[in-house]
Formats: sequence, structure tokens, C-alpha cells
Amino acid sequence: MAIERRTLAWVLALVAAALLLPAIEYGIHRLPLWPWLMKWTYVAPLMPAIFAFMIVSLGLNIVTGFTGLLNLGAAAFVAIGAYTYSILTCEIYPFRLGWVLDEVIAGGRPSAHATWLTFVLGTMAAAGMGALVGAALSLPTMRLRGDYLAIVTLGFCEIVQDLLKNLDPITKGTTGINPVPHPPNLPALAAASEGSSAFIQHATGIYLYYRDATPHYLLYLLLMLGVAMLCRNLRRSRIGRSWVAVREDELAARSSGLDTARIKLSAFSWGAALCATGGALIAALVGTSIDPAYYDFQLSIIVLCAVIVGGMGSIGGVILGALVMFGFNGIVLVRLSDALAGSHTDGNVLTTPNNWKFLVYGLALVLVMRFKPEGLLPAREVRAEMRPPRQAPTVPP
Amino acid sequence: MSWFEFVLQQLITGLTNGLIIALVALGYTMVYGIIELINFAHGDLVMLGAFLALTLIGACHLEGSPWLGLGLMLIAVPVFCAAVNWTVDRVAYRPIRHAPKLTALVSAIGVSFIFMNIGLFWGGAPMAVFGGGAAAASPKDVPDLIGHTNLLGSGSLVQITVKDALVALVTIPLMVALTWFVRRTRIGTAMRATAQNPMAARLMGIDVDRVIGATFIIGGALAGMAAVVQSLYYNTISFQMGYRIGLDAFTAAVLGGIGNLPGAVLGSIVIGLVRAFSDGYGATQWTNALVFLVLILVLVFRPSGILGAHVREKV
Repeated sequence: MAIERRTLAWVLALVAAALLLPAIEYGIHRLPLWPWLMKWTYVAPLMPAIFAFMIVSLGLNIVTGFTGLLNLGAAAFVAIGAYTYSILTCEIYPFRLGWVLDEVIAGGRPSAHATWLTFVLGTMAAAGMGALVGAALSLPTMRLRGDYLAIVTLGFCEIVQDLLKNLDPITKGTTGINPVPHPPNLPALAAASEGSSAFIQHATGIYLYYRDATPHYLLYLLLMLGVAMLCRNLRRSRIGRSWVAVREDELAARSSGLDTARIKLSAFSWGAALCATGGALIAALVGTSIDPAYYDFQLSIIVLCAVIVGGMGSIGGVILGALVMFGFNGIVLVRLSDALAGSHTDGNVLTTPNNWKFLVYGLALVLVMRFKPEGLLPAREVRAEMRPPRQAPTVPP
Repeated sequence: MSWFEFVLQQLITGLTNGLIIALVALGYTMVYGIIELINFAHGDLVMLGAFLALTLIGACHLEGSPWLGLGLMLIAVPVFCAAVNWTVDRVAYRPIRHAPKLTALVSAIGVSFIFMNIGLFWGGAPMAVFGGGAAAASPKDVPDLIGHTNLLGSGSLVQITVKDALVALVTIPLMVALTWFVRRTRIGTAMRATAQNPMAARLMGIDVDRVIGATFIIGGALAGMAAVVQSLYYNTISFQMGYRIGLDAFTAAVLGGIGNLPGAVLGSIVIGLVRAFSDGYGATQWTNALVFLVLILVLVFRPSGILGAHVREKV
């Protein structure tokens, strides 16, 4: 299955634009034009968090998009990734990754290599942990049909939240683990950094500030593109084709000799591993494991919506969906709040942009499902199924 | 308090909680049974009903005449919830009835978000009962209309309060009426037929869309009743409570076997009891996890719930 030339051209153009975005924005920002507008539209510092959530969405896409298993607990795996990364890298624990490089090789001074090693090993460990837990969850739930599986994943998310909240000595309860070391900078971009603060938004309306994320822009973009390539190759491999076989007709897949139990297990493991990777990246970016309440049902649902609104099973679609869902949350609302800050102090519930968030999300979901149920950028086979050609096929003579 | 009294007390608390959950779970399971939709907005519908109940208390000064007020709320709130539920079905779910199941589920999640946002704005209403509307997002106190006199006398250690009695007096007759309705009436029979096989029901001359509409109306009315009982029982409401209520009810419905009416009640009572005993033994912070642990364990051994029929896949 070769890529169409037009698709390839689009993909390359978009990747190039994404790569150049911080530089372009930095350039425009220097121009003495409409400073208020510039401040508002400066999005590069906010993008790395969205790249991380794109990876999470691609992970859920494996379970729900490719394999057709409804998972309402993606946030649990994001939490597992974030906490695994935090526990392995935070200096408050005795077994910090990168300790060997710092202490033994560099003789007590923090070395640049240790930052890289910590980041790479920590993220890999988070992915591994995610895969293990995903496999463990799928074992007892193998026999469950669609909606029963959905409630179990939802319950699993609640259990994970409760565990993180209550296992104080390890997870630091509701305060979360910090400080978590930041990802390494790519030197070329560190210079372009503006020093403006960027932030990730807490679902409950609390803002968590972290420093300008522009230096991590390139790293996170490349990681996201790498994961997207991985997903594309997985989808076309033997294992990916068996996932789709299970989605289309589990019974037929089993009759054809596929081991559906093993296939579901592998889908859960891969999906959970990617979700956990995204979680680790978010923890590194924010510099804390955030707190257990962050990884709640609403986060799971926003990830699920990114997958469905974008187009289930379509990698480009899921990336677009994540950009729309998390971009609205992390860019539009943030910038709108910035713009309106100070202009209202009466505490009226209607004048805070953040208070309209769920109305907009809800309307968007209802309208997309009503008018474009296959998603914004559907996978080819899904589009063919949901939008059959108008004329009846001609019967061969 | 002896262990016997302790157990008795937890049983009473658990049963009361279970009955409240059951009202919501019945609405869930009826809708699921008929169109296989997990109606995520159901819990948030209860929340909207609770906000209406509080608005009524504030607007009509019901603290003065609690029993009259209770009667008014038990009529107005279910009517409101039924109307909202029917409208939502008409606007959001009916146009996508023949799309894949996930489509309607996402739509329901969208509706739930919209309800939640309406609840948030409603909490900012400039009324005394909403704290003047200053802190829209904070939980609201519901005035204690019916008190909590112990029916067993003030000397008894075991408490059955007026509130417990109210819950039982509202929920149990409703369940009996619902059973009668589904078993004996024409439209109830049509509902069961549609649940079994919508296509065959349509061929037999049943107006399936009307039956589904009726299901949403009944489910909504039950949610309204639950909203009144719930807000008077716990005396606090918030725009985010829909999620917790919906989650408990959904878990109960699945635990009992989703689509099965007695199963929903049984599942609710199991969850109410698990919650009561877990809280009673002082493990409050683990209660949620325990409820889901029970759910997962039950589903491992009975994948279709306690009373759910085992579905054998046909080729």
C-alpha cells in the first residue's frame, strides 16, 4: 500500500511547517506589529504539552481505533507513566536514574549526559510499566463484551487514582511528586526561548505553571512524529492487521485461527505503553507528577474524544483530533483568559472563558457526531463503510 | 454499640443508599436495554434536577411548609427531567440511531458536558439559596426540609431516620409501579418487544421511535425523583455531582447485568452495602476502589453481571 503522492506532499508540508513554527513565530514576534495580537497568537511555548497528548491519543487509538475495544480509562495509563517517570527521576528518592553518571563518572557535578540518560531511561521505564499494567488489566477482562469492558476500564482509572492518592509514602498523596527533572534542551532552540511562562491546564481549573517549553518543542515534535511512524508501521504489520481483524469481526478472526486473547492483550499493552510514554513526557515538561486528581475521567474522555473526533483508526486524524481538543484547552482558552485577565473582577460565572469549556466541548461532540460521525479525517476503510456511494452498484451481467 | 447494632446500622445505611442509586440505575438500564446506549448524561440529568429542586425551595420558600414542598418537588422535578431527557433524545440521539454504537455514546458524553456546564452557570444564579451566585462552582447546601428524627426513639443507638423512611417510601412504590408498567401495560409490552428485537417490533406495528421516547421520559422521571430524594437526603449538591452519581448507577447496572431491571436494583443495593460497610469500618478513602474491585471480581466470574443472561454469539 503506497502512499498517494498528494497525501505525501501534504504530510511533508505540514511536518516542515511544524518544524519551523517556533522560528517563524520568533521572527514575527520581533516585528513591531500589533504587540497585543502577537502575544496572543504566540503558541510555540504551549505546543510541547499538546505533542505529548498527541502521543497519548495515538496510544488510545491502538486500543479503541484499531482494535475496537472501548477504553474509558486512558488517564490511568497516563498517570502510571507520569508517576513511574517521576519516582525514577525525582531527587527525593534514593534510587534516582542518572545518579551513576552524576556521582561516579562526573565526580559529583551534574553532567549534560545525565540529563539525557535520565530522560531516555525514565521514559522507556514508563513505557515498560505501562505495557505491563496494560497486559495485567487485559488478562481478567478478556471475556468481557464491549460495554462491560468500558466500565472496567473506567473503574480501573478510579482505582489507580485512589491508589496514587492513598499510598502517601511513595506517591506523596495529593501534592504529587516534585521536582521532576526537565527534558534536555536542544541547543539551537534554547536561544529562541522568550522566557514567557507557559502552562498546562488542570481539568479542575487550576493552572500549573512551568517555564517556557519552547526549548523542548523540537524534541517533543520529533518524538510525536516517531510515535506516529511507529503506529503506522504497527498498523501495517502482522500484529496491526490482526488488531483490525478483531475489530471488524472477532468471531471471524477466531475462526480464521487468530488467537484473539493474545491479540487483545498486545493491543492493550501497546496502547498503554504509548499512553504512559505521553504521561512521562508531560511529567518531565511540567516538572511534577501533577496530582492524582488530574488523571480523572474528564482527561480520559478528552483523549477519547480526540480519537473519535479526529477519526478512529486514522493516524493523521487522531493527531488532528488531539490538536483540536487539547489545543482548544491549552491554547485558545489560555490565550483568551490572558486577554480577558483584568477586564473583569466581579466574579460573574459567565465572564470567565474557562467556564464555557465544557459547553463548547459538549456542543462540538454532539455536532460532530450528528454531521460527521466518521470523524474529521477518517481512515480510508472507515470512510468507505460509513459513507457508501450513492448509486447502487451495477450488477454484472 | 454492639457489633450487632453496628452491622444493623450499616445495613440500613447501605439499603437507603442502594435505593437512591437504584432509581438512577433503572433509568440507565432501561435506556441501555432498549437502544444499547450507555447514557452518560443520565447522572448529570439528576444533577440538573437537584438544582431545580433547590431553586424551587429558594423561590417558593418551601422551608415553611416542608411536606407541601416535598409534594411540589416530587411533581415538578420529574416532569422537568422527563422533558429534558425526551428533548435530548429527540435532538441528539434520534438522528444518529442507525450509526455505530460508539457514535451515540460520544454524543451522550457531549450532552453530559453540556448539562454540567449548565449546572455551573445555574449555580451562579443570583439567589440566596445559591449563595448569591458569587461562587458558582462551589457545592450548594440544601435546607433540611424534613429533619432527621429517629423513628426508633431518641434512646436507640440504631437509627432509622425520617429521611431513610422518605427514601423507602418514594423508591419502593416507584419500583413496584415500574414493574407493573413494564409487565402489564401495552406500552410496557411494546418496550420489552423493542428491547428484544427492534426490527421485529417494528414489523409487528410498534412505533419504535415512540417507545424509545417513552423510555427516555420514564428514565428522566425516575432521575427527577432520584434528584429530589438525593438532595434532601444528603443536603448538598454541586454541578460536578452528576459524574459520581452516574458512575455508581452505571456500575450498579453493569453489576446486576445491564438491561435487566431487577438486576439494576440488586446491583445498586450491593454497591450501597459495600459503600456503607467500607465507610463504617473507617476505610473511606478506599471505598471507591473497593466498589470497582467488587465489580471486576464479579465480572471475572460472571461476565454478563449477576442476573444478566449469558449471550452466546451466533454466526
